[in-house]
This record gives sequence, structure tokens and C-alpha cells, in this order.
Amino acid sequence: MSDISESAGHKANPLRWLVVAIPYLWLLVFFLAPFFIVFKISLSQVAIAMPPYVPAFDLAAGISRFFADLKELTFSNYLWLTEDALYWKSYLSSVGIALVSTLILLAIGFPVAYGMARSPKAWRPTLLMLVILPFWTSFLIRVYAWIGILKKEGLLNQFLLWVGAINEPLTIINTNTAVYIGIVYSYLPFMILPLYASLEKLDETLLEAASDLGCPPTKAFWLITFPLALPGVIAGSFLCFIPIVGEFVIPDLLGGSETMMIGKTLWSEFFNNRDWPVSSAVAVLLLLILVVPIVVFQNSQMKAMEAGK
Amino acid sequence: MGQKTLGPVRRSFAPWLDPQAKPLIRFENVTKRFGDFVAVDDLSIDIYEREFFALLGPSGCGKTTLLRMLAGFETPTEGRILLDGKDVSRVPPYRRPVNMMFQSYALFPHMSVEANIAFGLKQDGMPKADIAARVEEMLKLVKLEQFAKRRPHQLSGGQRQRVALARSLAKRPRVLLLDEPLGALDKKLREATQFELTDLQQELGMTFVIVTHDQEEAMTVADRIAVMDHGKMVQVATPSEIYEQPASRYVADFIGDINMIEGRIEASGEGRTRFRSEALGLTADVLDATPIGVGETSWLAIRPEKVSVSHEPPADTSVNAVEGEVWDIGYLGDVSIYHVRLAGGKTIKATRANVTRLIERPITWDDKVWLSWSPDAALVLAA
Repeated sequence: MSDISESAGHKANPLRWLVVAIPYLWLLVFFLAPFFIVFKISLSQVAIAMPPYVPAFDLAAGISRFFADLKELTFSNYLWLTEDALYWKSYLSSVGIALVSTLILLAIGFPVAYGMARSPKAWRPTLLMLVILPFWTSFLIRVYAWIGILKKEGLLNQFLLWVGAINEPLTIINTNTAVYIGIVYSYLPFMILPLYASLEKLDETLLEAASDLGCPPTKAFWLITFPLALPGVIAGSFLCFIPIVGEFVIPDLLGGSETMMIGKTLWSEFFNNRDWPVSSAVAVLLLLILVVPIVVFQNSQMKAMEAGK
Repeated sequence: MGQKTLGPVRRSFAPWLDPQAKPLIRFENVTKRFGDFVAVDDLSIDIYEREFFALLGPSGCGKTTLLRMLAGFETPTEGRILLDGKDVSRVPPYRRPVNMMFQSYALFPHMSVEANIAFGLKQDGMPKADIAARVEEMLKLVKLEQFAKRRPHQLSGGQRQRVALARSLAKRPRVLLLDEPLGALDKKLREATQFELTDLQQELGMTFVIVTHDQEEAMTVADRIAVMDHGKMVQVATPSEIYEQPASRYVADFIGDINMIEGRIEASGEGRTRFRSEALGLTADVLDATPIGVGETSWLAIRPEKVSVSHEPPADTSVNAVEGEVWDIGYLGDVSIYHVRLAGGKTIKATRANVTRLIERPITWDDKVWLSWSPDAALVLAA
């Protein structure tokens, strides 16, 4: 008996491991390996060469040379990041912008998702489609379109001048306001979809029960609806917050000189200064900063899955 | 002990017969429309304090709408609802001294059993110590003391039903509304819970209004039953009146099993009615005169358990008797149902209690049998 089950187990093992190994292999090749390359560059020194840093490990030069190169690696770039206020200011400003944007997204996304979840069943697929529709156009084109809307002689200013709300065109483009508009616009679907998913599951008789037990509607929202939508709130917030911190395209196209975001700093280190080691150090630190919210997010997702059982 | 003193009181409990009695709940010409659909149609009814009142009817008859209007989830299109003499038609649910037990139980999934029961009390701003005491009392009442800290999804269906009941009772409402409260339970548990519900209602001296589509449930628990059809109450009476003196063919058909024979009134008067069905060659004498006119088409209605089946003809075969052939037998354990086919092709059902343990029944398939009944067993209903 035990022989049979053992041999069956052995036979099943290789295939089973292969299936499990695929995602790990994927992570190893496309995440961990690049990460170590970047990490290594962050420990190098800038040089006018190709590639633009030393030491460039050359295995053909022999083992002794490899160890000599290894000794040249230093953490001086990280020290440099702490010395120049520009870096920690852009980190802080990125996290700040991401935090404020996430709160705005939540404030706009929640009522939209709530309305969708409470709309007649026949409308819901259409409404869902409308939320997803912007994805059919390239993200870059949509951000460029905002330039056309927000610039001095853009559609928004023309409209406001025409209705007489303002006398002078507003300066929105190349300010933080434009960055917020761009971010909120671009990330709204990522906030609405998880919120909608959890609000749609909410049983409306629970609100009737609360009302029946003496709880007015506004109070019932905070005692029943919001706690039950919390998994969606957490999922949507992290789904927005994490990528917004590292956002580059939106601050670059819509923001101005006042807009400090780490993605932009990274880009200018890399392409304007051609300082690969420092920009690599910036990237590694960004990842470390984001590990905390990612772990919190994973934990809450696990809890939600367990509660769902 | 409580049972003993309550017993005799219970038997004479009939405030609806007392013209001086003030109703606790009064529906006054209440109509509720959803678009073109009339859910409740110009309905008036009085429900009295300490009454266990059942709304019975098929789905879509308006019984749930009526209950939801009483809870405050729907407002009447026309008419008013009085509670304790005050018009509550437009009072929102959270300001009504009425609590509801939902069909789906609607327990808050993110709260423990304790917190669920305490929810309503907290809304009233009751002091913490009083809430704790009341919650404990309620848990004891529904025998769930050791489950206080559990979440609803960690309970069985029967336990959840008890939590829902405890939560709706915790505020000591003037009226407890029960929307198909036992629908999700299996048969055995449902029967046990029915008796518990009636005990509880007597113990607490509260007014219960229950909605159900299960006639047995309504008969077991209720003081009075309102049979509803298409937004109207077709009969409001005690369970035995509903069963023995149904007001219409609809009620007779809806409650229990009944044989209906079409025919005409031959004579009526002096506390007797003579009914004749030419098609079946059947004459019946029925106790009590009928308001239906002589010669008019009417229906003889007779319950299967009131028809006796026998090989021997009764003493008088000219009236309240008819001959037929056993077409089919349904064996239900406690009783057997005989489907007897008459000469005219009509099948009459008659039940017989299985008083012996004989496997072979003395009356069997294809036997020629006589069906007979007494004059007080049948009644005549208008077409």
C-alpha cells in the first residue's frame, strides 16, 4: 500500500515542481537578476567609459582581477544620497504627492464605486465598461491630451474665459496641480475597480437591518458599509499609492520645476548627468521604501482571503 | 410554571371579538403600488396587543410588502398605518418601535454574535452595563451563551437563526416582525423552532407578525391567520376557522387538501342545505343554510380526512354517499390516501389513519368502495 502511494508521489513530483517553479523562475530572471545588476551598479563609481561606470566586471580578465574589482565596490553613492538634500526631499515629496493623490482618489472613487454598485443590475456592465474604456487609448496619449486641456491657451482656460469665470488664463500646466489632476485621472480606474468589487458584494438587507435597529443611514454607512468595504479600500489605496510614488511620465509631462518626484530625479540622474551608479542607488532605495507598504498590502490581502473562506 | 397560568388565558384570548378592544396596529385602506403593479390593494386590518398574527399566501400576494410597510422600508401609496393610535406611515424605520427578523437573517458579518445583539441597544444610547446585561439575557434566551464571541460565519444555520431572533428581540420592540423566519431550516428543526417561537411570544407577552408561505407553520404558531391573494386579505380568522370554514374556494384550496365537487343548490333553509351534482349522481346534505340561491352553481367542499371509505354501503345510500373504485393508494406512514374514481370520472381523495401495522391494507387497488360523510363534514362554497 505504502509502496504504491510513494511511487505515485515520486512520479507526480517533477511535474508538480515544474508548475510551482515557473513563477519563481520568472521572478528570478525578470526581477531578481536585474535587481542585482542595478544593485551592483549602485556600488560602482561613475566613469567616462562604456559602460559609464567602474569597475566593469570582465570575467575574461581572470579571477584575480575579479577580486580586485570586487574591492572597488563601495557604498559611497548611498552616502552621497544622504548628503544632498535633493534626494531625500524628492523621496519625501513623492511619498507626499502619492499620499494626497490616494486620498483624493479615495474621495472620488468611493462615491463612484458606490453609485455603480447600487445602480440597476442591467446598467452595471455598461458602467464598468465606461470605467475601463480609457485603457483602450495609450496612457501616454491621454497624458498628452491633458496638456492640451490645461495649458494657458488650452480648452479649460478657453472655456472658463468664455463663461466669464476668470479674466486671465489660469496657470495650471507645469504646476503640482496639473500633476495631481493627471495622477488622479490616470489612476482612478485602479481605485474604482477594487472598491466596486467589494461594494457590489454588500448585502443591502444589512443596511435595512441596521435601520430597523435604530441606526440612521449616515451612521449605518460608517458602521456597516465602510467596514465591509475596507478590503476594497485597502486594495485600491495600495494599488494606487505604490506606483504613484515611482511615477515619472505624469510629473515629467505635466509638472514643472517645482514638482519634485523621485522618478523624475532618477531620470535626470540617468540621462542628463549620465550618473548610472547614483541613479541605481536611488532606484534601490525607492524599492526599499516601497517594500513596507507592499508587505502591509500583501498581509491585508491574505487576511481578506481568509475572511472570505 | 408560566405555561400553567398562561394556558387558560390563552384559550380565551380573542381581542378581535371585543368591540371595546383597541388595536395595536391598524392598516387603514392601505394601497401600495410599484409602477403599474398593485402589491397591496385597499387593505384594512386590526392587529391586537399580544397577538401572534400570520400573513399567509403564495409568493407575490403582497404579504412581504405589508410587513415591509409595517417595518418602514416601504411607504403606503394610499391609506395609513397606525401604531398605538399614531400614524407611522411616513416614520423612517430607525424611529419605529418595531423590529424585524429577516429571512436571510441579515447578521452583520464583521461583528461578533454579542456585537450583533448589542447593535440596536447601542443606537438607543443605553448605558454599557445595561447593554451587557441585556445581551447576556438574550443569549441565555436563545441558548447561545458559549457562542457570544463567534462571528456569524462560524455558526450553523440554526444558530444564526437564533442570533437573528435575539437581535430583533433585544430592544423589546412593541411589535416583532418575522419574515419567513424558519424558511432556511430543515423540517425537524423548523417544527421544534415553531413551538419555541410560540412559547417565547407568550413568555415575553409581545405582539408578533409573521409572514410565511407555509400553511402548517402559520397554523402552528398563529392566533389568527390572514390569507392573502393579489394584495387583498381573502380571509382573516383563527387557524381552525380557516381550515374548517374557509370563506372561499381559494382559501379552501390553499389551506390543506380538499375535494371540490361542482353542482347546484337544490334547497336551502332551516339550518340545512341540499346540494346535487347531476354529473356524479350525488346528493349531499350540508349542515347550515347557505346564502347561495337555489339553482345556482356551487361547490361542495370536503376534506379527505372527513370522508370514510368502506366496502359496505352506508345505511342510507341516497344522500352523503357515493360509490367508486380505488384508483390509487398513497401510503404516507401515518395515513393512507385513497384516490377513488367515481362513475362520472371524478376522483375523490379520502384519508384513513393506519391504525394497525398490517402491511396489506384491507381496502386495496380496484376494490369497489363506498364513500360517505356526515352532514357536518362538508360545506358549500360559491363558484
